[in-house]
Amino acid sequence: MSSLKSKHMLGLDGVTREEISLILKTAEAMKEIFTRKVKKVPTLTGKTVVNLFYEPSTRTRASFELAGKMLSANMMNLSSSSSSVVKGESLIDTGKTLEAMGADIIIMRHSAQGSCKLLSQHVKASIINAGDGNHEHPTQALLDMFTIKEKKGQIEGLTVLIVGDILHSRVARSNIFGLLTMGAKVRVVGPATLIPVEYKKLGVEVFYTLEDALQGADVVNILRIQRERQKKGMFPSIREFHRFYGMNERIIPYLKDDVLILHPGPMNQGVEIDPIIALDDRAVIEEQVTNGVATRMALFYLLAGRGNQNEDLN
Amino acid sequence: MRELKDKKVLMDDESIRRGLVRISHEILEKNKGTENLVLVGIRTRGVPLAKRVAAHIQEIEGKSIPVGILDITLYRDDLSTVTQQPIVHKTEIDFDVTGKILVLVDDVLYTGRTVRAALDALIDLGRPSQIQLAVLVDRGHRELPIRADYVGKNVPTSNQEVIHVALEEIDGEDQVILQELV
Repeated sequence: MSSLKSKHMLGLDGVTREEISLILKTAEAMKEIFTRKVKKVPTLTGKTVVNLFYEPSTRTRASFELAGKMLSANMMNLSSSSSSVVKGESLIDTGKTLEAMGADIIIMRHSAQGSCKLLSQHVKASIINAGDGNHEHPTQALLDMFTIKEKKGQIEGLTVLIVGDILHSRVARSNIFGLLTMGAKVRVVGPATLIPVEYKKLGVEVFYTLEDALQGADVVNILRIQRERQKKGMFPSIREFHRFYGMNERIIPYLKDDVLILHPGPMNQGVEIDPIIALDDRAVIEEQVTNGVATRMALFYLLAGRGNQNEDLN
Repeated sequence: MRELKDKKVLMDDESIRRGLVRISHEILEKNKGTENLVLVGIRTRGVPLAKRVAAHIQEIEGKSIPVGILDITLYRDDLSTVTQQPIVHKTEIDFDVTGKILVLVDDVLYTGRTVRAALDALIDLGRPSQIQLAVLVDRGHRELPIRADYVGKNVPTSNQEVIHVALEEIDGEDQVILQELV
């Protein structure tokens, strides 16, 4: 296996173990470029990559931008606040416009689930989902898995705990699909109102008490509490969340000595994570950022050769 | 799909060994010893060859020289035309190439496009004082103005022929075979 089945990366649901392994292996080679004086290779010379962000983002957008630039692609950044979207242009029309400009890869973040799939059905470019509503955020899960594999040597057989607002989290969803495919045991923990019970059917273990869930966990992935999605009163208060589900001094005795602590960022320090955890030697939150660029470079490389091929969508 | 038929054994384990010993002597002679000398093998089969040359040099001069591994995939000029993306592997050169006499090692020199990619990759890593090229087999048909400084064996070939290099470390045996597309 030396290529991906789809020319798009819309989510990890349905992506095979071989494909994920190929992306992670390629990312390993890409990470080496960071150690060089000249952090650039000519692989995507002449290709055009567009960042199309309908929701605010700093690190994901910057990460994709740097990944594209390190591979010598022409990068364009479009955000909804400063584009014709505010003038009322439809998503498909924007896609067609980018296609006319020769876009080979379009990276999109949008608040609506399925928006990336919709766009992929109307343009020839490869589409990468950088987060669509609370559906999927595959590149975040890929970089999380890359970090786990790098630090732990393998993913299979590990127990990975995801903490926080599972319900609204596209990061959790993509991680669950990817980790289960790679043979990890997945646990989730959070307030009952924020855990979709359907995940149990996929084989995910559901916990409601953080201390119990941490027992034997090899990896803890802490989700950001998305305050912008908490207006419905799914839990009584931020303070109460912090007390029961915040990763703070209280939970240190429950952590394994060799636990790996992940957080996709940006952190709400004092809510889901306290500085004492974020600064712990076992937390690799900054390294996740570097790994994010390497993983996205790998994806660009693997998708770039697919850009001019037709395929049926399923 | 056309098949490959074995036509002739060009080199056996002994002639490969003798070729590499001669190349090692030539490298030392041309560069007057091992000072500033480094070897870089091009993945895949250039890597064991570079290690063997380094071992011969160690035997001859009693000095060990650094060996690096170069993956040229990201520098290929045919990525937009091939349908299956070649797998990218890691480049592992843990020494500074700047100011070094760098001998690039590969198994077969053919069109010269691999070497072109390797030169671009090396220059991104630093500024060697010289880059020289050693190959086990030169089969001709260059498409670029590139030549080898050290050659194990020159083999005139036709475009219908394929040179298959098997090495102990990768393939379990040492052999160079001329094959033909039939």
